[in-house]
Amino acid sequence: MSELLAEAERILDLAKGSEQIELYLSRGVDTEVQAYQGAIEELSTASSAGIGIRVLRESAGGAQVGTAWAGSLDPSAIEDALREARDNVRFATEDEYVAFATPDGVAPATLQLTDPGVTSTPLDQKIAMAIELERIVRDGDPRIRQVEAANYSDYVAEAAIVSTLGVRASYERSGAYVSVEAIANDGGSDQTGWGLSAGRAPGDLDVQRAASDALTRATRMLGAVKPASMKCTAVFDPRSAATLLAIIGGSLSGEAVVRGRSFFANRIGESVAAPLFTLIDDPTDPRHFSASVYDGEGLACRRNVLIETGQLKAFVYDTVSARRAGTVSTGSAVRGGIGGSPSAGCRALQLVPGELDQAEIFARVGHGIFVESLTGVHSGVNPISGDFSVGITGLMIRDGQLCEPVREITVASTLQRMLLDITYVGGDVEWLPGNAAGQSLAIEGISVSGS
Amino acid sequence: MSILVEQDVLQRVLGTALERGGEFAEVFVEDRTTSSAMLDQRRVEELSSGRDRGAGIRVVVGETTGFAHTADLSERGLLAAAQAASAVARQGGGGVREIKLGDLVDYPSPARTAPGDVAKSKKIELLLHADDVARSQGSSISQVQVALGDSTRNFVVANSDGVFAQDHQVRTRFNVSCVAVGDGGMQTGYRPIAGTRGFEILTPEAVAEAASGAARQAITKLDARPAPSGELPVVLAGGSGGILFHEACGHGLEADAIMKQASVYAGRVGQLVASPLVTLVDDGTVSGEWGYLAVDDEGRPGARNVLIENGVLTDYMWDYLRAHKQGRRSSGNGRRQSYQHLPMVRMTNTYLLEGESDADEIVAQTPRGVYVAQLGGGQVNTATGDFVFGMTAAFLIENGQITAPLRDCNLIGNGPDVLQRVDAVATDFSMMPGTCGKDGQSVPVGCGQATMRLSGVTIGGTAS
Repeated sequence: MSELLAEAERILDLAKGSEQIELYLSRGVDTEVQAYQGAIEELSTASSAGIGIRVLRESAGGAQVGTAWAGSLDPSAIEDALREARDNVRFATEDEYVAFATPDGVAPATLQLTDPGVTSTPLDQKIAMAIELERIVRDGDPRIRQVEAANYSDYVAEAAIVSTLGVRASYERSGAYVSVEAIANDGGSDQTGWGLSAGRAPGDLDVQRAASDALTRATRMLGAVKPASMKCTAVFDPRSAATLLAIIGGSLSGEAVVRGRSFFANRIGESVAAPLFTLIDDPTDPRHFSASVYDGEGLACRRNVLIETGQLKAFVYDTVSARRAGTVSTGSAVRGGIGGSPSAGCRALQLVPGELDQAEIFARVGHGIFVESLTGVHSGVNPISGDFSVGITGLMIRDGQLCEPVREITVASTLQRMLLDITYVGGDVEWLPGNAAGQSLAIEGISVSGS
Repeated sequence: MSILVEQDVLQRVLGTALERGGEFAEVFVEDRTTSSAMLDQRRVEELSSGRDRGAGIRVVVGETTGFAHTADLSERGLLAAAQAASAVARQGGGGVREIKLGDLVDYPSPARTAPGDVAKSKKIELLLHADDVARSQGSSISQVQVALGDSTRNFVVANSDGVFAQDHQVRTRFNVSCVAVGDGGMQTGYRPIAGTRGFEILTPEAVAEAASGAARQAITKLDARPAPSGELPVVLAGGSGGILFHEACGHGLEADAIMKQASVYAGRVGQLVASPLVTLVDDGTVSGEWGYLAVDDEGRPGARNVLIENGVLTDYMWDYLRAHKQGRRSSGNGRRQSYQHLPMVRMTNTYLLEGESDADEIVAQTPRGVYVAQLGGGQVNTATGDFVFGMTAAFLIENGQITAPLRDCNLIGNGPDVLQRVDAVATDFSMMPGTCGKDGQSVPVGCGQATMRLSGVTIGGTAS
């Protein structure tokens, strides 16, 4: 048993009388290095720990929950938080659907998500990776005018979730990343490109690939123009497509559905997407950097098929949203750290890949726009109404080939329309940080606003 | 009120931070208490309370900054963090340095009613009041969510230059979000109330106004048609239009982007960068505003800084590190999300000074365009100057009249270009709260402006 789990069980003994308690303990260490002009610009090392406490009381009209958290595992901080949580219970509305998770017998997947390389790799080697990344990009092309930041970061995080209803879960995960932002100029306007490599330990990282990604993206945008407005097919690159999937995943949360905040509500069984679209949330697939053995309530994570060949199959639920919907948790509780209560959300989205690579998709599309970065996603997408309008940079596709770069334009449609208008799903799956993997995705009928 | 860590301890920690060398060390000790309450579909879902305490220590050695943080505020914990932060000093120093702090400068909070002095039941009454008011606006309102949050952030910052300051920042925020359902699907409305103040800002009248505003916005949008696609004149209503300047040039005027030559505004002080109607100010001293700070997170008092005057770029915004490299003083813009983060250059309250036009006249003199009543955030690439911002309440202007409501979409532009296109500024100045994200850190900011017009901006809708 992990030390953190043992600690959680000791705290659980503080439960009094008939109250139920759920504890979420987390602990982590992380390292961040930023290189600039061949030297370390910032080096940060830190460890942190904390606890989120929920107290539940059953009453005639249902149950009430109160919560509190503390950014430390110091006994006096835990005591204060527990007292606050107990006080907060009194003010919640009695609700027949409110409950903590009960163990549901689903066996946890066996996943190895921590790589000891994160802790065994000397700090100097991590620093060297950031400096090397910056150097490769700076020397990679004479048009690179500046490397704003080259970063290495890693973490090891562990968590334990226990409750008086018998939940006992603990898990650990590590991650390592390098990323770089390059600015290119050939006499006209500056253009930027961002490159990344991710893994579970420094040994997984491909510094060369992150560098060439940033170089390609920055230099091929040089001379970008603002085209005239048009309607055409947009081919989203894997990174932009992953962002789209994450937005769609938000509307497939059972929580959004039961709160009347999803355009997918009441549409189970309907065709909501093109037949080539099959979307799965599977945190038990270790290729996802966000893979997890347990969900935010300590139930085993599992594979959930959400949209199958275009048909809406299921939503993801945590305990409370499932009870409101008259179903059971899909092991999909997520929580935003120690201060966040569980809610239903997707953790590891992936599309069933198609057969074509990116070049083949360009060839079939013929004419259109290739989208390689999105901006203003939080301000331009309304996941409730489905309205979609985001800024993009990219390149025109003509006769199946990438042509001139374009910028200062938006692409717009509605999420509902876009899902139905998908014409190609690429086979070029890219595993990315965040809650979705990406692959090239072609969507027709997109409005492009330019001059 | 007692200090979070005693002066002699802070002095020893700073001395240890510099024992291996380095020019500058800083200890930032923070104790933050937060509480929140949420009402959804008339149910009080939960009350949550939180407390976070710790210290962040940084050491600057040449061009390198070392940083470590700890939740252990004992002298032993702080000394360990100081040693971790000093690991970047590799050439070795002369051992523990003696640091002498000046007298503590303690800044008072403008809050009248501290969050801790308000009964939880009183907070819940307000949530229910907002819900009642929102639902009374029309039967199409299907969903109302109301959230109340407050935080008390006490911090002490001390550095090897002798700065020793303490602040007590109280912030209160109240949000109403509504969903209305009609034949064409669902639409949303949102209104915030937020200030660097206590519970006194949440009067029943203010809460009712936010609730009815959010509900009416959702109901109005049920009749919304797709926004146009392409370039049109845009009139921004007073208040949230300030986000335009936050994105179009604010981030590009932060000295960290400037010093890395990663901003389109680098090297342009003294030049005409905007229409002569533009005088832009970043001002941490607007008492009670969401971006107000008596002192920044590096111990430098908040200040009013003129960034653009009558179209001419006058200065950038500075934190300690960037200012020090230029041999000047910080402008009071060094901010951090928490003790777990390094400070960097951030905006406070950024606003456009009002002009001389009449707001109604500006609309009347616009034959065809878009009237934006509320903006919902944005994003910028400071190196290229390209930015977007979203409109969450907008209307068509036809023949000088505000007509049909429009569906949500983003507007897109290029900072230096859009600044030239400001062709009218009115006198109805107001401010709006927002949350600004940069390099993974969020801080509260204010934005403000009077009704103004841009002669042309690309609107990212779908209608021709």
